[in-house]
Amino acid sequence: MSGSHDKDLQSASARLLKQSHSRWYEWLFWAVALSLFVIFGDFIPGVPTRLMLLTEIVTLALLALSIDLVLGFAGIVTLGQGAYFGLGAYVAALLAKGGAGTFPMSDPVIGLLIAGLVTGVFGFVTSFLVLRGSDLTRLMVTLGVALILSELANQMRWLTGGADGLNGVMPSAVLGIWEFDLWGRVAYLYSLAVLFICFWLSRRIVNSPFGLSLKAIKNNPLRARAIGVPVNARLVAIYTIAAALAGIAGALLAQTTQSASPDMIAFHRSADGLLILVFGGAGYLYGGLIGAAAFRVMQDVIGNITLQYWQFWLGAVLVALVIFVRNGIIGMMVAGWARLRKGDGQ
Amino acid sequence: MTFVLETRNLTKRFGGIIATDDVSFKLPAGARHALIGPNGAGKTTFVNQLTGVLNPTSGQILFEGQDITNWTVRRRATAGIARTFQINQLFAELTPLESVILAINERENAAHEWFSPLGSRETIVDEACALLDRLTIGDVRDARVGDLPYGKQRLLEIALALAAKPKLLLLDEPAAGVPESEREQILDVVARLPAHVALVLIEHDMHLVFRFAKTISVLVNGALFCEGTAEEIARDPRVRQVYLGEEEVQHG
Repeated sequence: MSGSHDKDLQSASARLLKQSHSRWYEWLFWAVALSLFVIFGDFIPGVPTRLMLLTEIVTLALLALSIDLVLGFAGIVTLGQGAYFGLGAYVAALLAKGGAGTFPMSDPVIGLLIAGLVTGVFGFVTSFLVLRGSDLTRLMVTLGVALILSELANQMRWLTGGADGLNGVMPSAVLGIWEFDLWGRVAYLYSLAVLFICFWLSRRIVNSPFGLSLKAIKNNPLRARAIGVPVNARLVAIYTIAAALAGIAGALLAQTTQSASPDMIAFHRSADGLLILVFGGAGYLYGGLIGAAAFRVMQDVIGNITLQYWQFWLGAVLVALVIFVRNGIIGMMVAGWARLRKGDGQ
Repeated sequence: MTFVLETRNLTKRFGGIIATDDVSFKLPAGARHALIGPNGAGKTTFVNQLTGVLNPTSGQILFEGQDITNWTVRRRATAGIARTFQINQLFAELTPLESVILAINERENAAHEWFSPLGSRETIVDEACALLDRLTIGDVRDARVGDLPYGKQRLLEIALALAAKPKLLLLDEPAAGVPESEREQILDVVARLPAHVALVLIEHDMHLVFRFAKTISVLVNGALFCEGTAEEIARDPRVRQVYLGEEEVQHG
């Protein structure tokens, strides 16, 4: 009797732990991401080099991942994540430009860390603005912060180069070994590695006791407070972490495109990031990653056919996705998988 | 005699309305107390001030002799005041097991851990499972809370409050809206609550009140109308008049 009871308890613990184990399709996902390097890295004759596009997808994926942490897990709606993305891009660009291609200022990894730190501090300060109020207030406040920052970047010509942006950004070799090359090979692998590390950290966060308390806050802040969850402190923490990740994403884009421009801090970054997440599915971590790929590839494909009207088709797909499927592309896959298994059972 | 909870001249005004009117109230440790009163008597407003959701206009609240009038909800919760809600306030997307673990994590100060995965502390998982078993909802611990039948959700309400190992538990109509078939289960659980926990039952249902409460306070229009043992209150003709209604008086 007591033996079977113990076994029962063990299984409860084990089942919880199992949720944090990686699954085969996750390995598959990262294997595919890596194999794209071989396919589109100018190794195979006849296949065009698309590593710059892929690198941009990686940075967008990281931006969307950061939005997923605040929106998908903590339930904070934001239209301002682009502000942190852009800030990170300018910080990294200024560092690399200032260091004129030499260690330590132009070192890309140090640049990423400093960009993450600066945006994290800025995220911490602004997080207090999103603690109070409804979804609508949060949307407006985050949007407002993003607009202020983008206008500042535009006006402070002496620092940011104004509308021209910053060019001649020359990060030194990654870890002092790998120089950025013309094909973008180093850029892609470097970005993918950074995305992987940030993703792995995010994954640990959402599967931890801390992550559970975020989900609880998203579900019912009133009850969360009543059982002793420090709701505000938790929201500040996750908002700060997400801001730092967005900053790292922006820094990656600046380093790999070797420039920073007002376009990187413009409002449409925030909107794109949110759109990508909704596209892929919020609350899964992978939603932002898959959404970024789908979004950017779609933009490319439709843009080739009809350049002016790409947003029309983007809008159409978005409306269809939101109306007919719950939780974006991943939600669609999960539902399909469930139906398949149900069919097997019969 | 030590008191777990005491209020001194507690008053709450909403504009011109006095929702809590000069309530001075003492609760001994391990009490089995019921707070009753007609609709709109201010019972829930009173509870909301005890837990810190509302701030009183004037007066004091003491918990174990300490003035907690200006404490936050969270600070009171960690000090040992727990409550259940009249209308379920649960985490619909989580499982009962996760919900209870969350509450235990907060009590054990383990909830800020962000690196180790959930479930790595086996003692916490064990405790959560045992608590769910004790409340007869161990069988559904891995289901989605939002999908549970209403009666089980009511039991989870109590489980969440108990997970904090409170010294004072405020039960706001624990059996409200529960179908007759599941009702007995909830009454049993309430009857088996740990004896050292001071219990305040806010209730409409007189069967439940007289079954569990040793002492009773009657709240009318925000003010304490009378206090006494269950027998005294049951016999008090004034209480019958205001609370049990004219009908009862005629029958009696």
